[in-house]
Amino acid sequence: MTIDSMQDIFNLMAARKKPFWEVILEADMEERQVTREESMAKMLVVWQAMKDASDTYTGTRHRVSGLVGGDGMKMRQYAKRGHAMSGGYVSDVIAEALSMAESNACMRRIVAAPTAGACGVLPAVLLPLSKYAEYEELNQHQILEALYVASGIGSVIAYKAGIAGASGGCQAEIGTASAMAAGALVALRGGSGKQIGDAVAMALKNLMGLICDPVAGLVEVPCVKRNVIGAVNAVSAADMALAGIKSRIPVDEVIDAMGEVGRRLPVEFRETAWGGLAVSPTGLKIKENLHSKKKQA
Amino acid sequence: MVDIFDILGPIMVGPSSSHTAGAARIGNMARILLGDKPVSAKIHLHGSFAETGSGHGTDRAIVGGLLGMHPDDLQLTYAFEEAKKCGFQYSFDEINLRDAHPNTAVIVLTGEKGKKLTMQACSVGGGRIMVNKLDGIDVNFTGDYNTLVVRNRDENGSVAAVTSILNQCRINVANMSVCRHKRGGDALMVIETDESVKPIQLDFLSELPGILSVTYYDKNKGEASDDD
Ligand code: SF4
Repeated sequence: MTIDSMQDIFNLMAARKKPFWEVILEADMEERQVTREESMAKMLVVWQAMKDASDTYTGTRHRVSGLVGGDGMKMRQYAKRGHAMSGGYVSDVIAEALSMAESNACMRRIVAAPTAGACGVLPAVLLPLSKYAEYEELNQHQILEALYVASGIGSVIAYKAGIAGASGGCQAEIGTASAMAAGALVALRGGSGKQIGDAVAMALKNLMGLICDPVAGLVEVPCVKRNVIGAVNAVSAADMALAGIKSRIPVDEVIDAMGEVGRRLPVEFRETAWGGLAVSPTGLKIKENLHSKKKQA
Repeated sequence: MVDIFDILGPIMVGPSSSHTAGAARIGNMARILLGDKPVSAKIHLHGSFAETGSGHGTDRAIVGGLLGMHPDDLQLTYAFEEAKKCGFQYSFDEINLRDAHPNTAVIVLTGEKGKKLTMQACSVGGGRIMVNKLDGIDVNFTGDYNTLVVRNRDENGSVAAVTSILNQCRINVANMSVCRHKRGGDALMVIETDESVKPIQLDFLSELPGILSVTYYDKNKGEASDDD
């Protein structure tokens, strides 16, 4: 059976009496004709790559554009001092999201999730967990399970609505990443399939309409910081779902609505850098400076 | 279902799957299809590749790919330095193509043994690419499969000879297209296979009558490297 909607996943969970992650794992085995072990080994490589990217972040790399670099480290240090408004886990999430997105902008190795521009969101909510005592017994298997959940959610959204900024705006990139991260967190905390669905719905709803407006067409401004809102939004959506709060609009309808909004977004707001922050006076100035730098080179 | 490892992946050097990862794959594809060690390249960038290419490292990624680097190779950042070290010559300029995808590159490549290749390819998103033209002949393949590019004289029987050899080797053909130059003359077969093709089988194919050359892109080797 193919998986084209969140409902398809819920149906398979009920029919096979399997958790969300395992339904996705089995779908991958079927789709790519691989064994369970092969699929999980590949997922482990993904997780390892996320960890490596975080471990090798130093905050010393900067973009030639001068727009990106060092913010992840600033936030890490600020969080360590212990006075952050958000505090604890959430300030670590912010720091991690910045670091990963910066690493991407600075040509480090990352995992697109679902895109390179949004690569910071999912690892940002997962990586800090290992630091906290209450998650100490969190084993690698559970992390892999969470990654399967996230990938299943992303796969459904990609099919139903699309995940490229050029076709659906930033809601499709950061929004999708946020929904994936929210679902992964709910799964990690032992939430039900329905709760995963609610978290996905709430995460997407809260970022609906977000435009893609990269300054000078580069994945730097506002992209790096948008990874933060994607990640923090995921944490709150997951917590709401785990608290038993439901999305009034069913998750598949939310995904369809996001797709529709994306299709109707003017082209100026879909990665062309013709609108939004990209055409703010400062945004335009940055673009011009880069062009003259390029000419000189 | 959309492949979950297209959702969590590719594992790649940033910042952009289309402008960086896809660009590296384009370089790699050109290198492999040349069938020779590249020594120089003229690289023409079209559309968004020309517009935002340098900010996205598209130029480095293409050169890195031409040098055999994969999209997840951290050395991509230093591709220009690497090229200098091994004496690889390259130049960039902008080009305006009609009816081309915004992320398109045309690469004119020369190899050590004097082989030449002109390839037009585009990056279609998520690190995926499509090859549109080889030496002026329209083609259409992605490297998602193992891909054989067979150049042959446009005469009877070569297509049948190639497919029958593949059949004997138990290599299943997933897609196949026969493309020829508008003016006639040489033709080109693009054959996508499920199984990978062994070097000895490639030799065998290239010795068939009427076959001018055989190049082969192995999807597993073209993909991100698992080690390093
Ligand atoms: S603004 Fe556009 S390029 Fe930047 S993260 Fe959002 S969708 Fe990606």
